[in-house]
Amino acid sequence: MEVAKLTAVTRIYKVGEVETHALRGVNLTIQSGEFTALVGPSGSGKTTLLQLMGCLDQPTSGQVVVDGQETRGLNRNQRADLRKGTIGFIFQFFALIPTLTAYENIEMPLLLTGKSPAERRERVMELLEAVDMTSHAHHRPDQLSGGQQQRVAVARALSTQPKMILADEPTANLDTENGEQVMNLMQKLNRETGTTFVFATHDPRVIRYARRVVTLRDGLIEDDRIVS
Amino acid sequence: MLSYFKMAYRNLGRHRRRSLLSALALCVGLALLLFIAAFYEGEMRSSMESTLRLNSGHLQIRSLDYDPDKLSVAWEYLIENPQQVAGRLEALEQVEVATPRLVASGIVSVRNESSGVQILGIEPASRANEPYRRGLIAGKFLEEDDREGALIGQPLAHNLDLQVGDQLNLLVNTSDGSVDEQLFTVRGIFSTGVTTYDKGIVLLPLAKAQTFAGAENHASFIFVLLKDREQADAVAAALQSSKYQIETWKEMNELLVLMEDFSNAYLFILDLIVMGVTATVIVNTLVMAVFERTREIGILSAIGMKGRQVIALFLAEASLLAVGGLALGVLLGWGISAYFGKVGMYFGDLGLSGIYLGDRIYTYLTAQDTVNLTLLSLVITLLASLYPARLAARMEPVEALHGKN
Repeated sequence: MEVAKLTAVTRIYKVGEVETHALRGVNLTIQSGEFTALVGPSGSGKTTLLQLMGCLDQPTSGQVVVDGQETRGLNRNQRADLRKGTIGFIFQFFALIPTLTAYENIEMPLLLTGKSPAERRERVMELLEAVDMTSHAHHRPDQLSGGQQQRVAVARALSTQPKMILADEPTANLDTENGEQVMNLMQKLNRETGTTFVFATHDPRVIRYARRVVTLRDGLIEDDRIVS
Repeated sequence: MLSYFKMAYRNLGRHRRRSLLSALALCVGLALLLFIAAFYEGEMRSSMESTLRLNSGHLQIRSLDYDPDKLSVAWEYLIENPQQVAGRLEALEQVEVATPRLVASGIVSVRNESSGVQILGIEPASRANEPYRRGLIAGKFLEEDDREGALIGQPLAHNLDLQVGDQLNLLVNTSDGSVDEQLFTVRGIFSTGVTTYDKGIVLLPLAKAQTFAGAENHASFIFVLLKDREQADAVAAALQSSKYQIETWKEMNELLVLMEDFSNAYLFILDLIVMGVTATVIVNTLVMAVFERTREIGILSAIGMKGRQVIALFLAEASLLAVGGLALGVLLGWGISAYFGKVGMYFGDLGLSGIYLGDRIYTYLTAQDTVNLTLLSLVITLLASLYPARLAARMEPVEALHGKN
């Protein structure tokens, strides 16, 4: 089953008179349950591709279909709804809300989906356990290490049981040990829950976790292969 | 359990000093508004009360030709058998008190000093004389059959260096157009708190005033106080007669009524200006918060927060600031108003002609002003907060995520 499908997608950024072609006609299909790495050097278009699949941005041309829904023409609120129910995000800079505890950060997407307090509590406790952060539930981000923060971010991304989790350089700000912990966690969750993971990286140690590797260069897919 | 208000509360706690200063701006703004409202209310009440109790009453029954500016005591301008008319009026249910009064122009002279005055003939026993009786600071009040006694106001006594028991020479314009004079003894000195009034009035018993001015069995008008002054128009309509003119307090004090209306309009504009300034402080705080939290807004947006939910989050912050600041503002405004309501603010003789304003203004904060101004401040603050809230809601998530914060 296709979770995301991009057809002839281009994305051009204009800054003043200067046009930057971030994507030059990308065709890509992500199937349910994949654990896919988008790789390539800086400026190759990895982050842009994730943002388009995550409905955070819209293509200049081409078609982006997420969970069977064409994203072009969706207004801001419709895109927010699509993200809320379908997509989870993990960012390079951890991206937790600093005033909220680990528990509350994980709870936030559930609050937005209108889950009852009891449902929220049950789901958050389950996720805290899954990422081994139960003992730090009431710590705020500044009381957690980078690796712990990223594990909370993983739990938050999973909270609404999205079809696809998009991770942009999830280990870039972590040391090797914490980076491996986070990748192991993502891999475990992918296997156990069947959640689709697409992550952008240029770290060879991370790429080896992927079952499919899509290589981008200058806004085009240079290579797309199944590795395991 | 997470909620918008919990998040808002914690967000405000990030910059405690800034949040406190913003709430303080609201607090001081509202306290100022309440104090201004209390000051105007006190001033208007004092002015209205003094004017009605001392000068016009709620109703005056006059002869058809009476002209209050002339102060003539010629019989054709006066009411005959005034006690009878007053007696009939007092029988009405709405009337608290009705008493005849004679007003004549005169001059007080003592040694080489003299001063123009109104000579007011009053029925000493009438309850309408309460302001003079209550304001008696030396000597005793007039008695019905006193033929040589007079009451004078404290400023007049001070200007002419008169004490209780001293004698003063009083000249009066009489009903036949001539002038008469007589020596009177100061029986008492009063202060109504309105210097403008007290420095130009001499009280005599009505019977003596009538004899002195040649206005036998006549009065300038019947001074009527009602149980409820708002009944004045209804009572006046019921009393319509071809023999008398009936003036209500509104007709007799047009300037004062206009001043009250004007004050209300003026106050409203002043309120909006103060609220506008304080709302700007809140907007400034929230705009800073929006720019500081750009990336967070992007994260919240990425995880599915809609524009209206972002607006709700910032409005929750504004509400907390507003509720905290305004609650303190009510306390502060109430405290200041209560203090000056008790001790008053001394302004002295403002010398306003036609308006009897007390020398000391006692602030008076009404529940209606408190509720109206607090709610108006809250609404204006929330409306003003819509700008930063919408600024946050309009951020594109992808751009917000690239924000510096």
